[in-house]
Amino acid sequence: MRSSENVSWFADITLKHRSAVGGKGGSLGELTRAGIAVPPGFVVRTGGFERFLAALEVEEPIRPRVESLREGELEEITSLSERVRAQFESAALPQDLQSEIVEAHAALCGERLGLPLAVRSSATTEDAEDASFAGLQDTCLWVMGAQATVKYVRSCWASLYSVPSIAYRRKHRMREGGVAMAVVVQHMVDARTAGVMFTRSPLTGDRSVITIEAAWGLGSAVVSGEVTPDRFVIAKITGEISIRAISDKHVQHLPAADGGVDEVKTPEEMRRMPSLSDDEVAALRDIGRKIERHYGRPQDIEWAIDRDGRILLLQSRPETVWSAKDATPVARPAQNPHTHVMNIFGGRR
Amino acid sequence: MSTMVKPKRFPLPSSIEVIAGTERTQAAYPYYMQFTQEDDERFWFYNSMHFPAPMCLFDTITAEAAYCALGAANTRVHCLPTTLGIDYRIINGRIYIGGNAVTDPAEIARRTKEFKRRAFYYYDNWERLSAQWKEKMMALIRDAQKLQKVEIPEFEPLEHVHAGRGVASNHYLLDTYQKTLEGYYRMWQYHFEFLLLGYGAYLTFFDFCKKAFPEISDQTVARMVAGMQAEIFRPDDELRRLAKRAVELGVDDKIRDGCSPNDIIKSLEQLGDPGKAWLKELAVSRDPWFNINVGDGFYHYHRSWNDDLSMPFAALPGYIANIKAGRRIERPIEKLMAERKQLIEDYSDLLNSDEERAAYDQMIGLTHRVFPYVEGHKFYCEHWYTNLFFNKIREFGALLSTYGFFPDTEDVFHLTHFELEAAIVDLMTSWSSGSPPRGPSRWPALVEERKAAIAAWTKHDTAPALGPVPEVIDDPAIVMLWGITRESLDAWLTAGDQPDSNEIKGFAASSGVAEGVARVVKSVDEIGRLRQGDILVCQVTNPTWAPIFQKIAAAVSDIGGSMSHAAIVAREFGLPAVVGTGRATQKIKEGQRIRVDGGRGVVTILE
Repeated sequence: MRSSENVSWFADITLKHRSAVGGKGGSLGELTRAGIAVPPGFVVRTGGFERFLAALEVEEPIRPRVESLREGELEEITSLSERVRAQFESAALPQDLQSEIVEAHAALCGERLGLPLAVRSSATTEDAEDASFAGLQDTCLWVMGAQATVKYVRSCWASLYSVPSIAYRRKHRMREGGVAMAVVVQHMVDARTAGVMFTRSPLTGDRSVITIEAAWGLGSAVVSGEVTPDRFVIAKITGEISIRAISDKHVQHLPAADGGVDEVKTPEEMRRMPSLSDDEVAALRDIGRKIERHYGRPQDIEWAIDRDGRILLLQSRPETVWSAKDATPVARPAQNPHTHVMNIFGGRR
Repeated sequence: MSTMVKPKRFPLPSSIEVIAGTERTQAAYPYYMQFTQEDDERFWFYNSMHFPAPMCLFDTITAEAAYCALGAANTRVHCLPTTLGIDYRIINGRIYIGGNAVTDPAEIARRTKEFKRRAFYYYDNWERLSAQWKEKMMALIRDAQKLQKVEIPEFEPLEHVHAGRGVASNHYLLDTYQKTLEGYYRMWQYHFEFLLLGYGAYLTFFDFCKKAFPEISDQTVARMVAGMQAEIFRPDDELRRLAKRAVELGVDDKIRDGCSPNDIIKSLEQLGDPGKAWLKELAVSRDPWFNINVGDGFYHYHRSWNDDLSMPFAALPGYIANIKAGRRIERPIEKLMAERKQLIEDYSDLLNSDEERAAYDQMIGLTHRVFPYVEGHKFYCEHWYTNLFFNKIREFGALLSTYGFFPDTEDVFHLTHFELEAAIVDLMTSWSSGSPPRGPSRWPALVEERKAAIAAWTKHDTAPALGPVPEVIDDPAIVMLWGITRESLDAWLTAGDQPDSNEIKGFAASSGVAEGVARVVKSVDEIGRLRQGDILVCQVTNPTWAPIFQKIAAAVSDIGGSMSHAAIVAREFGLPAVVGTGRATQKIKEGQRIRVDGGRGVVTILE
């Protein structure tokens, strides 16, 4: 599968291409190249978005109008958002761009053209590590067929002009020229269990533990907070599992028959059953350590385990909350090493 | 709606009643160990870690000698800035202790100046001073071994008379007794010469790890610190060596489960040269390495392997079976050391900066320098010397019982050391005057009464703490030696709120989960009941018990922390262990199925 003008396959992407494939796309490419199992897929590069935007701007300017808005002008933002989103979703797509996506879709699905896919936004901004911005964009799960894929690529582009998204950019006075949207299209994992993993403790910032949150079904239930996930804490170095907090997982997200996702009640006997075995927790730890070593810093990871028990990585981004607090050292070397004992004997604890 | 929560508190010392019928025994403890009204103002806790059972009157000398030495080191020798020594009291045979914190900033500053001049000198010269320590300790042991045999002849031996010794044998009874006591008090001084400084260095590193890695487990820090070659491991190493020699000499079939040590020794003697060769090896191991107690050495009835071979002999068949199955039984020291090194490096890599790594290196460096003493001293002090001491007292017990002071040698431990001195003087007087001693009409009834008191006290639980709850516990000695914190006090205060819970919590000492049948083993005589795959439930975890770890699936104890030797041994054997549960031997019934989760420190009763 060869990459083309507006489509790049994961294997051809590194983080260096982030400005063209977005944070999510860059991370999936990087993980693929690091030998970590990722559901196969491609990225519709920002070039595709730019082409469409340019075609739309022939009719009327979009970027300058967004830039002319001010933070508090909610009414104006709302009306502009509605117009632009409608254009992205319904205006004619340049023909060559359309066929590029359809061809990539065919290559991804092979003989199974109805294979379920995930279509996910992958924005490029000045600060691609800002998770709160990433959270404002669309992800469409369980998308089947080429037409549906093209449709959801367009709605991902459109989500860049949602009201909260525009409001966020205006608040931070971002230049619209630096804002573009790539879209990830990849195999959908029919997840038995899915969740998130932090390669440091979200509670204490401890870099020696990995915290895993997991629930039955697709990871969207965990990410959206609709279910209280099971929580596991495992020591990064020794592999000791210090916490296994099994929660009541009353609902799960499962693929709907006609595409999309349903929230369904978890069968009674599964609700309080651990959604991960100790072996799976250990396997996730190995993957988490590998990714952290690859990037050289703590990561915030989304993962899924399919019905055959295979672990697949959906996303990895640098952890940001605690990294900002790492500046003050816990202790500094002392001229006389014995003075450290005053921490205990000196009553200054 | 607001609810009034009645603040929880510990009972006051004055509210603790002496159990009916035991008042005279309670009164027989020295006056300075009795609670007074003023003691109600202070916080006390039951030292169940070192003294888990009611103390016979004589055995309280261990508390006395230990706290005199600990306090001297803290208060006067090293001048710890924020704490003085430990006060101790006894009620219903239970030893309560309380720290003496220094809170005046000016006084702390004055003591800090002194501390640095003293403690830092010790850290600077640790290797030289601890080598010197070992020489002093060995000299003390030799002195104790050289003490005269406790006996009085009918007539003074002729050679003494002809040599003009001029001092009769009755004098030497008192002389030997006083030297025996002097040696024991001195041994405890040596014991504490380095101990707090050693623990302090360890705790400094521990504290750093807990700040840098807030969720690190205690046992991981312990694994980074623990040495592998301390003397305390030698007795078990010797057993492995003896098992190997038995196989090499072809005498292993005589060393079987279910045979008494005497029968085994007899059958080996009859076996000719190979049997004798093995017995020679046994003699080599016994001196000194079988001078290890089956307990912590704080009670006279914690006998040594040398005094009772059933413990070491119970472990031999298991080691022999492993050798015959082709398994390597030597402790893989090099591998363990390599693992320790790797662990330290891996955690260093996780630190934020080179600056932090440099501080970490300094702290673990000092810890590794001081720790051989912390791990090694126990063999010489609590085991070897303590055995010599209690056995010397037994000689007095034997002599006094032949003169009718009490029926049994062991009864001597129901006298305080002051009373014992009085009894010795009584016998000296009687021997010299030619009249019968007075003791036989005094002691037998008292000994009976005191035995009954100990039995009564053993049946009663005692409060974990007494007096007002302190705001914070900032006394490094208490935190270091007993692991007591404000959180553990809160746990004590709420304990008993859920009496029906089938979960027992303790320190997570060694990771892993195991299920099996509980064997509640209360004394060393019972270890023969352990079968392959059983879970050992005992009061104290002790290095002496290490050899039976090859048989069991997991270990649970009432007392002990994550640095206890049994915790270390459990980790080496890869067995789950939960220690310091406080009450596992009371809550778990013999033969129950239990689950031990050594990673979380939880024991669950399954039926």
